[in-house]
Amino acid sequence: MTTRVPRHVAVVGAGPAGLAAADAALGAGARVTLIDSAEQPGGQYHRMLPDAYDAAHPERLQHGWHAFDRRRRRVLAHPHCTWLPETTVWALERPAPEETGPPRLHLLRGPADGAGRTRHTLDPDALLLAVGAHDRVLPFPGWELPGVFTAGAAQALAKGERVVVGDHVTVAGSGPFLLPVAAALLEAGSRVSAVLEANPPSTVARGWSRRPWELAAQAGKTGELAIYTSALLRHRVPYRTGRTVIEARGDGRVEEVVSARLRPDWSVVPGSEHTTAADALCVTHGFSPQLELPLAAGCALRTTAAGPFVDTDDDQRTSRPEVYAAGEITGIAGAPAARAEGAVAGWIAGGGDPAAPAVRRLRRSRDQGRAFAERLARAHPIGAAWPGWLRPETVICRCEETDYASLCRAACDPAGASPRVAKLATRAGLGPCQARVCGPTVAELHTRLSGDPADGLPVAGPHRRPIAQPIRLGELAAPPEPLPHHAPRTPPKKESSS
Amino acid sequence: MSPRRVPAGSDATGRRDRPLRITVDGEPADGIAGQSLAGVLLAAGRLAWRRGPSGAARGVFCGIGVCFDCLVTVNAERDVRACRRRAQDGDEVTTQSRHTDRNPPPTADGTPGTEER
Repeated sequence: MTTRVPRHVAVVGAGPAGLAAADAALGAGARVTLIDSAEQPGGQYHRMLPDAYDAAHPERLQHGWHAFDRRRRRVLAHPHCTWLPETTVWALERPAPEETGPPRLHLLRGPADGAGRTRHTLDPDALLLAVGAHDRVLPFPGWELPGVFTAGAAQALAKGERVVVGDHVTVAGSGPFLLPVAAALLEAGSRVSAVLEANPPSTVARGWSRRPWELAAQAGKTGELAIYTSALLRHRVPYRTGRTVIEARGDGRVEEVVSARLRPDWSVVPGSEHTTAADALCVTHGFSPQLELPLAAGCALRTTAAGPFVDTDDDQRTSRPEVYAAGEITGIAGAPAARAEGAVAGWIAGGGDPAAPAVRRLRRSRDQGRAFAERLARAHPIGAAWPGWLRPETVICRCEETDYASLCRAACDPAGASPRVAKLATRAGLGPCQARVCGPTVAELHTRLSGDPADGLPVAGPHRRPIAQPIRLGELAAPPEPLPHHAPRTPPKKESSS
Repeated sequence: MSPRRVPAGSDATGRRDRPLRITVDGEPADGIAGQSLAGVLLAAGRLAWRRGPSGAARGVFCGIGVCFDCLVTVNAERDVRACRRRAQDGDEVTTQSRHTDRNPPPTADGTPGTEER
């Protein structure tokens, strides 16, 4: 590179992908602004204990802690990196059609949902989105009861603040994420009654055992899963396939869960129901990528069997000029793949040589990660017959408490069959979460019930929001404040010398 | 049983707790510095604190700021996600409800009442 003026890359999200991206962009000579809504980098995967816990051994809760810790320190201490914790991107303003470059970032800095946050804008040379994903949970009778948690919530509470969600916990759903969640609960002293994988052994085995050489390339990931599996064995926790929780029951909170055997299409085998006492239930059926910001930036999506993801080229470029994407928003493939994608994206966005040998290795690693993602999707699909466990009164939209019967009525009414009309009639997706939780489910159920793909935007619709994060009117009215060239930075806490 | 904090004495992380106290609808709840408001509430034995439109109880669901089930009012700031907000000693938390019986009518200028929108 002969450019003398370093490029300025804004990286949104400081999980495995974003942190790797920042590291690589700095390595390419760029100036980096690293933005995350949390107080500390790490994302969900490397969720750290709060500094105030003064933990002597944070590494004991983390797979791959030392590599993460080295990278975190290197990035945060780098003279060309500005770290903006507790910062949310509440809007992206696209450039005028005749202008090139990425959108302008509108930021809010300060405690989550606080009234006194400050407003800032940022105009980088490149925008790199690495905002990750959250649990996708299919509705079932009783899933709105207190004591039903997403698997991610249980893990975040156990790893991030040492709170266990219950003493007799059932972990259910589909995917390899069930294992670390169960292991985190066991480590924190919960009893886990069972881990229930909804897909039958035949489906899981087909995904995992095809082309075994791809698994070898993801040795880090399979080794990690082996550690969790051994924790389950040690605690004699049964791992059952082809079975899931179809109902949570209790008076004002979870007291028992009903599980049932499933056929490969996730239809319930009649008579196979089994009731277990539980004070907590942790569920995940996969992950939803957080697509609000990619869509606000205008990035094209690609549709896969596992849902829509941001489309990227070989260098992690999206369809928009100077907008890059990495990590779970491009496909659910786990931390090693997210790191490789982040590194490719950061290097290219930072102005690094696309032909450098190091980036060629990273692309290979990224491609192996993508193959791994396809394998995961094949091994842990959502069975088409899952709505069979819904009842007319089952809540579908948690915010508005819209039930299945209301959705059916709205979808089957010829006058209101348009998804938008149905949405207004049922209020599904119009509550505080703005369809983040029920959006994909409502879209899927609507399409099935009415046979009508939703306005040409069947799946992307739920993620389109003019304001990506809640902002208060007072904050909107205040003029943006200048962002310090280098925000005040507190040096990362020293690691224990033991 | 309810959610609880791993006792510091048996915690493999070797953490050192600094206690803090918040109030929830006037009742004291004890936590430790660094916890989220949701973590303090859960470990203090409260599994639910908000009410949905039907009056049904809600607490933490997603734990990472996506579902908005855990909203609370903190020191007069409304609609704060308890799972995302770090607890500060002395925080006054007020629970919220969307139950229609408790929803006051809109104010004269047409803005929503003080309950959740």
